[in-house]
Amino acid sequence: MADKTLTRMDLAEAVHEEVGLSRNDSAELVEAVLSHISDALVAGEQVKISSFGTFSVREKAARIGRNPKTGEEVPIHPRRVLTFRSSHLMKDRVAAGNRS
Amino acid sequence: MIRSELIQKIADENPHLYQRDVEKIVNTIFDRITQAMADGKRVELRGFGAFSVKKRDQRTGRNPRTGESVEVEEKHVPFFKTGKLLRDRLNGK
Repeated sequence: MADKTLTRMDLAEAVHEEVGLSRNDSAELVEAVLSHISDALVAGEQVKISSFGTFSVREKAARIGRNPKTGEEVPIHPRRVLTFRSSHLMKDRVAAGNRS
Repeated sequence: MIRSELIQKIADENPHLYQRDVEKIVNTIFDRITQAMADGKRVELRGFGAFSVKKRDQRTGRNPRTGESVEVEEKHVPFFKTGKLLRDRLNGK
């Protein structure tokens, strides 16, 4: 296994191979998929991809944090975070594939 | 938004593509991400996030109903870390 990390380029290459679109068009489609997911999440929507997983946005309340180095208290503002919950199918495939 | 709605959005933007090809494109993307993790690889999508595999050590678990001890074997689980750009966008930056 030479390459341990996949990127957009590898996904575009897969689309190119599977569907036969040009590499350029394939890259644009990969980008479009990621943009639509991002836009929905930014709009506060949950994104549920069956047999893959669910992306959801959670609201985190404000709290007092601490700089671990100086011990100084710093306010942490309320913020929105993204969580991903993988589907059972993905969990099973990942567990099976990495079993030693 | 669910998978079929995502497919529809892409289809609407690409009227020159057959619906079945759009389905294949979307399915290929998600399938390759899952396959990469099953192969122990990472998938890094700058600005969006990164999918990786985390190892969970073997541990002694307990059946919550009976209190009985059970050995839970070492296993690997999928993990997603949000990219900086998307994290900032979620917070209106």
